[in-house]
Amino acid sequence: MKTFLLELLKNEVLVYTLMAIVPLLWVIPFALFAVWWERKISAHMQDRLGPMFTGGWHGWSQTIADIMKLIQKEDIIPTAADKKLFMLAPYVVFTGSYAAYAAIPFAASYIGSEINIGLFYIISISSLVVVGLLMAGWASNNKWSLFGALRSAAQIVSYEVPVALSILAVVMVVGTFDLQEINHLQTGPIWNWLVFQKFPLLLFACLIYIIASLAEVNRTPFDLPEAESELVGGYHTEYGGMRFALLFLSEYANMFAVSAIAVSLFFGGWNSPFGDFLSGHWALDLFWFLGKGMTLIFVQMWLRWTLPRLRVDQLMYVGWKVLVPFSFAIILGIGVWVLAAGQ
Amino acid sequence: MSRYFRNVWDGIFTVLIGMKITWSHLFTRAVTRQYPIVKAKLPERARNRLYVNMDDCIGCDQCAMACPVDCITIETVKSTPDMDLGLTSVGTKKRLYVTRFDIDIAKCCYCGLCVPPCPTECITMTDVYEFSEYERQSLVYKFAIMTPAEIDAAKSRLAAYDKEQAAKKAAAAAAAAAAKAAAAPAPQTPSAGPAPAPTPAAKAAAAPAPQTPSAGPAPAPTPAANTAAPAAVPQGSTAPASIPAPAPKPPATDTPSPGPQQENKP
Repeated sequence: MKTFLLELLKNEVLVYTLMAIVPLLWVIPFALFAVWWERKISAHMQDRLGPMFTGGWHGWSQTIADIMKLIQKEDIIPTAADKKLFMLAPYVVFTGSYAAYAAIPFAASYIGSEINIGLFYIISISSLVVVGLLMAGWASNNKWSLFGALRSAAQIVSYEVPVALSILAVVMVVGTFDLQEINHLQTGPIWNWLVFQKFPLLLFACLIYIIASLAEVNRTPFDLPEAESELVGGYHTEYGGMRFALLFLSEYANMFAVSAIAVSLFFGGWNSPFGDFLSGHWALDLFWFLGKGMTLIFVQMWLRWTLPRLRVDQLMYVGWKVLVPFSFAIILGIGVWVLAAGQ
Repeated sequence: MSRYFRNVWDGIFTVLIGMKITWSHLFTRAVTRQYPIVKAKLPERARNRLYVNMDDCIGCDQCAMACPVDCITIETVKSTPDMDLGLTSVGTKKRLYVTRFDIDIAKCCYCGLCVPPCPTECITMTDVYEFSEYERQSLVYKFAIMTPAEIDAAKSRLAAYDKEQAAKKAAAAAAAAAAKAAAAPAPQTPSAGPAPAPTPAAKAAAAPAPQTPSAGPAPAPTPAANTAAPAAVPQGSTAPASIPAPAPKPPATDTPSPGPQQENKP
C-alpha cells in the first residue's frame, strides 16, 4: 500500500500522513460499535434488552447519539486541577494507544510501519498510556482519580511482565519481532497457527497473554483503576465531554490493539483458517483479521460480564505468583524444546 | 505445592463454568417489558388516579371526611326550595350546589378510603397512572363544573331566600309576642304555654284560648314550618347528619349567612 501510494502521490509526507489515518478509519467506528455491542451483550447476559429505541433497530445508533451529546457538552476543568496536565492527559493516553496501531498488520499488503522490531515497539509505546493515566489522575486533584491512577500504574507495571514474557515465548519460536513476518509464518491451514505450535506450551502462553492483556487494558475482572463502585470513575472521574470521550475511545482502541496482537501472535493474523481457501485478496485479509479481533473482543466482554472485580491483593497474587512463574516455565520449556529439536 | 496448582486449576475451571452460565443467559429471553410501548395489565382493583363524576355528586363531604391526608376540598351552597337540581343516577335528590370539588392528587396516598363512603358511588379510583406534571399546582384537580357566575347566582338566591325567611320569622315572632302580650291578662287560658297565633295579633286575643285549653305550644301551621324540613333523609343510614334541613335562623340575625361549608363533625 505504501509503495502504491508513493507511486501515486510522489510525496512521502503526504503518504505517511495518509497511512497514519487509515487505522483511525477503523478505530473510531469500532469504538462506536463496540460500546453499543458491549451494552447489548451485557444486557442480554443479564436477561435485559439494552438500548432499544435510538435509531430504530435495537438502538443501533445509541452510541452515535451519545458521542453527539459528549461533543456538545461544556468543557469543564476543575479549578483545583493542574490545568495543563489535565488538558494534556487524554491526548497522551490516546496517542499511546493509537501509536500501537503503527505496527499492527491489518492485511498482507497493509502495515503502518514495516519495522523489524514491531512487537518490541508496541510493548514499549503502549507504556505511554500509563503515563497518561497517571497524569490524568494526578492533575484532577481528586482522591478518587489519584487512587485510580495509582492502581492503574501498579497494575499495568505488574502485568507488563507476564505479557512481555508470553510474547517472548512466541518470539523464541518464530525468531523475529516483525509482526508481518510472524503472520507470514502462520500461512496455511488452521494448525499452522502459533497457538497450536509446541503444543501445549504456546496455548498456555496464549492464555497468559489474554489474561494479562485484560489487566493491561483495565477491563473486568481487572478494572480496579476505574472501579465505579468504589472509586466513582477512577482516573477519569473529573473528565467530561470530549476529553472523557477521548479517554473512552483510547480504552476501546486499547482493547482492539491487544486483541489484534493476540490475533497476530497466536491466531494466524490475517490468514484464512482454511489455508488457500478465501485468502489472497486484501479485503479477505482484512475480513479475517478484523473478524478474529472482534471474536477476541467478544471474549473480553464475555469475561467482563461473567467475573466480579478482583481485590488489589488478589490482583497482585494472580500477576506475580501465578502468571509470572507459569510464563517462566513456558519460556524454559520452549527453550529446551528449541534447543533439543531446532526451530 | 499441590494446593497451589489446585487453586490455579480451580480458578480457570470456575471461570469456564461462569462463562458457560453467562453464555446460556445470552440466549435466554429477556424479561424486560418495554414500558411506554408495552404496558402491564393492571390488577382489577388497582388504585390509581381518582375520578369524580360530578353529575352524581351530592356534596355530602363524606369522602373529604374519610380522607386521611385531607386532599379533598369540597364547598357547597344550599339550593332554595324552588330550585330543582335533579336526581343522581341512583335516584338521590340533589340539594346542594357543589361549588368546589378539588382533589390534590399530589397529596393523595391512593388508600381508596374515600370510595366506599360515597352514597352515590361517584368518586372512583381509575387505572390511570401516568399523570406527571411540570407544575405542582397542575396536580390539583378541579372537578366542580359550576361557573363563577352560576355560583354567584346560587349564593345570591340563597341569601335572598334566607333574608325573606328571616323577615317572615321575625314577623311571626313579633306576632307571637303581641299575641302573648294580649293573652297574658286573659283569665281563660289555664296553661302557661303561649299559643303562637297563626294570624296577626289584633283579633287573636280571645280566639285561641278556648280552642287550646290545656296544651303547650301548638305547632304553628304557617311560615316557621319550612318546606325543606320534613323532607325525608334520602340516604338512609349512611348520611344521617350531613344533609341539613335548612332550619330557619333565629330572627335576631338580620343577614343570615348561608353557611355553605358544613361542619365536619359527623
